[in-house]
Amino acid sequence: MCDTCGCNVTDGNRHLLQEGGELARTRGGRDAVEVLEGLLSANDHQAAHNRDHFAAHGVLAINLMSSPGSGKTSLLEATIEALGDELKIGVIEGDLETENDAKRIRDKGAPAVQIATGSACHLDAHMVHHALHELSLDGLDILFVENVGNLVCPASFDLGQHFNVALLSVTEGDDKPAKYPVMFRSTDLVLLTKSDLLAVLDDFEPAKAEQAVRNLANPAPIFTLSARKGEGMAAWLDWLRDEVARHKTALAAEQTTPIDPNHVHDQRHHHP
Amino acid sequence: MHELSICYGLMDQVERIAAEQRAVKVVEIVLRIGPLSGVEPQLLAHAFPVAAAGGIAEDAELVIEDMPLRVYCEACDAESEAAPNRLLCGHCGGFYTRVVSGDEMLLARLELEREEEAAIGGSNNTTEDTENTEKTA
Repeated sequence: MCDTCGCNVTDGNRHLLQEGGELARTRGGRDAVEVLEGLLSANDHQAAHNRDHFAAHGVLAINLMSSPGSGKTSLLEATIEALGDELKIGVIEGDLETENDAKRIRDKGAPAVQIATGSACHLDAHMVHHALHELSLDGLDILFVENVGNLVCPASFDLGQHFNVALLSVTEGDDKPAKYPVMFRSTDLVLLTKSDLLAVLDDFEPAKAEQAVRNLANPAPIFTLSARKGEGMAAWLDWLRDEVARHKTALAAEQTTPIDPNHVHDQRHHHP
Repeated sequence: MHELSICYGLMDQVERIAAEQRAVKVVEIVLRIGPLSGVEPQLLAHAFPVAAAGGIAEDAELVIEDMPLRVYCEACDAESEAAPNRLLCGHCGGFYTRVVSGDEMLLARLELEREEEAAIGGSNNTTEDTENTEKTA
């Protein structure tokens, strides 16, 4: 058998050498290898691992995404205030710098860990996992991950959450879902925030924002609310109650294997 | 700008596969990127030399295949072309569609140079052969 005349090619291995095959040769004797692996496979692997952590503690994880200043932290403050006695809430805060948001959450009596991403424009599954080592999930019903304020990058990274919730404040423009389709396509719930300002804004129509979301083939529910004034909060709070209950029922139904506390991490990642 | 961190992740993947394949050099990296993936092919191409510097893929050519955006409509049982911010069925206009192509962010293929040339003439000939690639010098 040799590698020159092709006599080592048999019926059993021919398919590997043909074009597109695992061992296909290309020009100059180079080898082409089919991979077909997601570029975020390391992140996705870590996200699945985070999901195991959440399952082991029966926690519902929600990834909050929006532009900076659309009211994510205010929404969390109002939510903790409203549900504080009923559901135990923990928060992971993502910002480029400062502990400000985590402090605001702690002032409302909920545990919070701040991730300062430095120059990174999004949270990834590794950063969330790191934060999980500083936040006890015991007894929590909901873990909110408040992503970095950004309508672009956070949409690409699975953190292990069960739901994505996107906020769109009425001061931003009702065409945002059409401008940032990756984010608004992947969200499970849209909250139109700062609704108390609708009265003075004549250029934001909730119906247009909803149409832009539907154009992305996204049937997600859309609630309009103002966390500051307490308007429209009931639909959001009921949604949370329902999803927590559904999540606990689903977890009880399926036997989950507890995570090995001595697990080893071999995933590396870098940030600029 | 998350393209640079994606490129660093890509380099980890490429280095791992190159090591598994006993490659000495990565000549070409082929990616498939869809318009709904959230990454900009052009930014990825700019970030690539920065991430690849000093590694096994330093001189590799990065080829990005743009994937078409297509949706499938269950009501019509048909596929149609779509735009990133308009993923409606091209036939009935309905929004109960599913993206069948266009959200990929894949490492599709690598072209490698293996170490076999370098191994020839070496004293030990213990390269692990797999059942289908047995070679005799």
